[in-house]
Amino acid sequence: VTAPRYVYAVGRALDPAGLGGLAGIDGAEVHQIAHRDVGAVVSAAPPDEAALRARLGRLDELAAVAEAHHAVVAAVATRTVVAPFQLATIYQDEGGVRDLLRDRYDDFRALLDRLSGTVELGVKLYVDETPPAQPPPAPGGSGRDYLKRLSHKHRRRDEQWHEAAAAAERIDTALGASALGRSHHRPQPAQLSGAPGHNILNAAYLVATDRLTEFTALARRLTANEPALRVEVTGPWAPYSFTDPDRP
Amino acid sequence: MTGAVAERNVALVDLLDRLIEGGVVLSGDLTLAIADVDLVRISLRALICPIGPRREPTPPGRQP
Repeated sequence: VTAPRYVYAVGRALDPAGLGGLAGIDGAEVHQIAHRDVGAVVSAAPPDEAALRARLGRLDELAAVAEAHHAVVAAVATRTVVAPFQLATIYQDEGGVRDLLRDRYDDFRALLDRLSGTVELGVKLYVDETPPAQPPPAPGGSGRDYLKRLSHKHRRRDEQWHEAAAAAERIDTALGASALGRSHHRPQPAQLSGAPGHNILNAAYLVATDRLTEFTALARRLTANEPALRVEVTGPWAPYSFTDPDRP
Repeated sequence: MTGAVAERNVALVDLLDRLIEGGVVLSGDLTLAIADVDLVRISLRALICPIGPRREPTPPGRQP
């Protein structure tokens, strides 16, 4: 009988009592599989894999799975250094997870050393775009005058856009220079985020935990100097965006 | 990092950036992995777009 295991994260091994009562996907009890001083945080996986696949394609179910995964990661991150796993990573059984920990022990140790004492902060920059106006009836003016005005307006918008993009790049460079790591996510479409304006930068920075407040203030200060941009800072997050074990 | 990462409500879209584009990705004895990120993104978008245009926030001082 195989008992597939859903893996939430690896971390410095915990006193197993530290996970007591923690519930994961579908309320499954969370436990630790340890190898030396590295532990994988796991629970029983939903038994029907095809059903899980289908669930991930439905927004409400995807949200439930993502939130359950995140709740476990966030809870463990308050107790020890963790490297979160990608959503819906499932191993055939406990033996598969043990093999993973044994085979990649050095990589995980190095990764956890790198992430120790850090958190991730999200920084999103937005440009407030004014939607193009409906072409007004042009009383008195010729069609040619109207087109001229229109193209001038388009040109202005392009210029403003380029200025905003350059400003966003300056801010990203400055923040990257005062962070331990930087990672870019794809800009979020407004339909997904519900945020007003256009998301021009969706970045994550790895920051020393004791510099969290300072870094947040820096992001706000840099953006305050750029009238075209608005900033949203999210986090602190467990270091989701800095978990590549193959990176030195 | 003890104590720094609190459990709290987060925006789903920020969470999915991290859980789908980020996180440790491994091959091996996996039975399931989000191999195709775009598939999830596309289904997300397809789910959300039919809701229609986002409502503009009410300007301050003009509460309905």
